[in-house]
Amino acid sequence: MYVAVKGGEAAIANAHRLLADRRRGDRDVPALTLEQITGQLALAVDRVMAEGSLYDPDLAAMAVRQSRGDMIEAIFLLRAYRTTLARFGNSRPIDTAKMRIERRVSATYKDIPGGQLLGPTFDYTHRLIDPAMAGDEPVDEPLRRAREDERRAPRVTDILNDEGLIERDVLSDEEPGDLTRDPTAFPADRDVRLQALARGDEGFLLSLGYSTQRGYGRTHPFVGEIRIGLVDVEIDVPELGFAVSLGQVRVTECQMVSQFTGGGEEGAKFTRGYGLVFGQSERKAMAMSLVDRALRADEFDEQRLAPAQDEEFVLAHCDNVQATGFVEHLKLPHYVDFQAELDLLRTLNTAKAKNDEMREAAE
Amino acid sequence: MTAETANARRKRALDAMASMPANMLSDLYKENTAGAPGAIAVRGPEIGAIMLRGRIGGGGAPFNLGEASVTRATVRLDSGELGHSIVLGRDADKARMIAHLDALRQLPDWIGRVEKAIVEPALEHARAEAKLQAEETEATRVDFFTMVRGED
Repeated sequence: MYVAVKGGEAAIANAHRLLADRRRGDRDVPALTLEQITGQLALAVDRVMAEGSLYDPDLAAMAVRQSRGDMIEAIFLLRAYRTTLARFGNSRPIDTAKMRIERRVSATYKDIPGGQLLGPTFDYTHRLIDPAMAGDEPVDEPLRRAREDERRAPRVTDILNDEGLIERDVLSDEEPGDLTRDPTAFPADRDVRLQALARGDEGFLLSLGYSTQRGYGRTHPFVGEIRIGLVDVEIDVPELGFAVSLGQVRVTECQMVSQFTGGGEEGAKFTRGYGLVFGQSERKAMAMSLVDRALRADEFDEQRLAPAQDEEFVLAHCDNVQATGFVEHLKLPHYVDFQAELDLLRTLNTAKAKNDEMREAAE
Repeated sequence: MTAETANARRKRALDAMASMPANMLSDLYKENTAGAPGAIAVRGPEIGAIMLRGRIGGGGAPFNLGEASVTRATVRLDSGELGHSIVLGRDADKARMIAHLDALRQLPDWIGRVEKAIVEPALEHARAEAKLQAEETEATRVDFFTMVRGED
């Protein structure tokens, strides 16, 4: 017998009303504005854009506000919105060599051409909570220093390439796979893997990257370069017959230089892992580059033994919207499923009791 | 002007206007387009998305990085000129104004005015912003120096 259960409607409506109240909080305290969220919680907004896989700071800020700061909920909201948008086309690949740099560091070359530019970093802070954060004390304007010239900051991998010591990028204009349009098949190509990692959960990728450093798929990495800044987004407009710039987006790029391979005809070379993420998102870009490198095991004849090297494991579990959907669905009513299991259990135990009785009687 | 230079100028204008903050564009548009030939909407403004691409390793094959919201518009002047725009974000007014200005630029009476009153200020704004950001970043440059220890 199947009994349809109704009666949740009023409770749901009231719960959502209560949620709206709790989200707003004390009415005597001014509500958060989007400008406050995009301006003062900028890295939260960046994370929501990266994992929500849609670059739109205002929408991401709305999602953060609507989700009461629950990041995965906010990411979910942005993903859901994304699905409502018609796709007008594909951008030309962004050129990170032409980035307007806001931060750029290399752990491999002290005197890297273009220099080490720290930018707005948490590095070298003492990680002590600043009592000033409890109030609204005036903040100094940043210092400025004139640039002598338009100093070029070549990507570190291009510098190493002059010596032929690092694997080269193979420029092509092959049409990349798109996991939002086609189901992912394994083995997946590196373009699809990078797309999955770029929208993957920061915590999951961080832990996987960490695991490679601790010996689960050892890659012995160096940060060749991290750069954060603004890049132009260009798209070909058929009506015009040429490409135009739509504006700029902020991205973080990490070039991880990893253990060398080869020794054959071409000589030994460093290998590479690559990370590219929306917004200022250094930890995520680094984690992504570690996992990208680990997933290239087959290319370098490395044994695939660790989780970070298992592309099916990584790609199938790095998406936090999928993960939260499946984990969180467990709390929704499973009354009928559970009733069926209960019945089965009772039947088993009744059968056992009967068996035991018969055995006792026989003895 | 050859078609190539005309296209290059048109691109320069569209790029500059796309990067301009919406309120600045709106102010300049209002100040400068009073009495301009009106435009009717041919398409949009409509909000959608583009897939933003990167390159593997920075310089290799393309991959899909994630999408970005965009707004595009196409308008036509009574005299037939078509204006196009596509900009990041979800700002229908901005897309419509840029498309209108792109159409006006095709009129001999208007090209100078659009260039001088809108495109030049947009470029100037972009330059100033880039300079400020570059100089703030420059102040965080590490100037390594070496301590000489011991004798020779």
